[in-house]
Amino acid sequence: MIEVSHLQKSFRVARRNAGFSQAVKALFHREYEEIHALSDVSFSIGEGEMVGYIGPNGAGKSSTIKILSGILTPDGGECRIDGRVPWKERKEHVKHIGVVFGQRSQLWWDVPVIDSFELLREIYSIEDSLYQKNLSRLTELLELSQLLRTPTRQLSLGQRMRCEIAASLLHSPKVLFLDEPTIGLDAVSKLAVREFIKELNREEKTTVILTTHDMQDIEALASRVILIGKGRLLLDGTLEDISAAVGGENSGQIDETLAQLYKQYDI
Amino acid sequence: MKKYFSFFRLRFVTSLQYRIAALAGLSTQFVWGALLILAYRAFYQAEPEAFPMSFQATATYVWLQQALLALFQPWGFENDIFESVQSGTVAYELCRPVSVYGMWFSRTAARRISSVLLRCIPIFLIAPFLPAPYGLAGPAGAPAFFWALFSLVLGSLVAVAFVQIVYFSTFFTIATEGVRALSASLVEFLQGAVIPIPFLPDGVRQVVELLPFASMLNAPLRIYSGDISGAFLYRVVALQLFWLLALVLVGKLMERCAMKRTVLLGG
Repeated sequence: MIEVSHLQKSFRVARRNAGFSQAVKALFHREYEEIHALSDVSFSIGEGEMVGYIGPNGAGKSSTIKILSGILTPDGGECRIDGRVPWKERKEHVKHIGVVFGQRSQLWWDVPVIDSFELLREIYSIEDSLYQKNLSRLTELLELSQLLRTPTRQLSLGQRMRCEIAASLLHSPKVLFLDEPTIGLDAVSKLAVREFIKELNREEKTTVILTTHDMQDIEALASRVILIGKGRLLLDGTLEDISAAVGGENSGQIDETLAQLYKQYDI
Repeated sequence: MKKYFSFFRLRFVTSLQYRIAALAGLSTQFVWGALLILAYRAFYQAEPEAFPMSFQATATYVWLQQALLALFQPWGFENDIFESVQSGTVAYELCRPVSVYGMWFSRTAARRISSVLLRCIPIFLIAPFLPAPYGLAGPAGAPAFFWALFSLVLGSLVAVAFVQIVYFSTFFTIATEGVRALSASLVEFLQGAVIPIPFLPDGVRQVVELLPFASMLNAPLRIYSGDISGAFLYRVVALQLFWLLALVLVGKLMERCAMKRTVLLGG
């Protein structure tokens, strides 16, 4: 389903010290540093799998998601999803995927949510019967009936996130990328979102790839965990493998286990 | 095509969402047009022979310019687009199965058309019935009217195609204020929105008439009044077609480059 091999991506970052004289100097001469967001990442994910993609801040998680969803072009390496190279066949590829970026919004700010949904129906050319079916199902599972007629700007974060997730599933994608979908949500909303993702995966066999810093998300959802740090793949296995990696002394919180692991890998 | 039309529709609905803004827009152009004509009247009373257009022609030009302002407005950008490029929300637009160029083109066109439909009404209802030299005069004849209409469509498309180049340039510049301000002042002056292009001195005028900006506002208004006719008319319309093609081509090329080097910052 998803084949990734030797993916590489680097960015150039301009750096300078604080102060006015440094700022003036930077006008004429700028020091750049290459940041290797991804230096060599390979993995493959089968259909219907639910994978947690984790790592510390700046590990390259979002970059990977953006490459897989066809937004970024990598510097090197290969990637095929359903036989298509995302950044080369962007338009065809994105018809079959759904993406949620937890920190951004895809809904039109000024108009009621349902208007955004109608627009997505046109953009993805979703058939009427499928659209109605998906809409009523999503409305029921995510409890949207009150929200659909409200302008996006007047939704709370949790309400909006539920609408965002619904928006990315209207066209029945085969693969769903969730980039920090539970960020900033309260306990109730988090549980609702998790429950929904689980159900989606069970019933529709949707492949789900999820990045998050919330280890409870991972515990609740992911049967498989891919850990990256400093642009390298460090571990690909189950949650048990993670506790085994720190020596099996998994007595306490999963967050602590993970912190220990980050330390161990020096990332 | 249907997809792009739905962007158009949603944008249209959005501009109706804010009722006060729509109402305010209704009166602004009328008052502004009246002020301009009174100012010109003072100049004409001083020395009418110094002007290349009769006072009646100038008044007609001003009324049409005000009625159609939204179509050619130098500041008529979709500001959401700049914001989405700067904040990275553009990521969502890149994971839609549509061309970004087409999407932005239809959004900008929709914004301008929805706003012109509201704003032109009071002027077309009142201005033709004002006393002789101050009012909106009829076209120079039926053929002139239809040519003007055709040229108006072309001119609006040229204006939108130009704005696309401004949008895509922001992929390369990070800060957008400079490009916006520069392009707006260029468009404002060179399309004949500050003073009609025939008012410019010889030598400068001939050059300005060849630029893409003269293919926006200038062409349809002067065709309407009969100032552009005969062989010159064909040349002007052909030039409009040429600029439309050229600007779309440049915009598409910039889109392609931008997609290749997109960098999305943060999260």
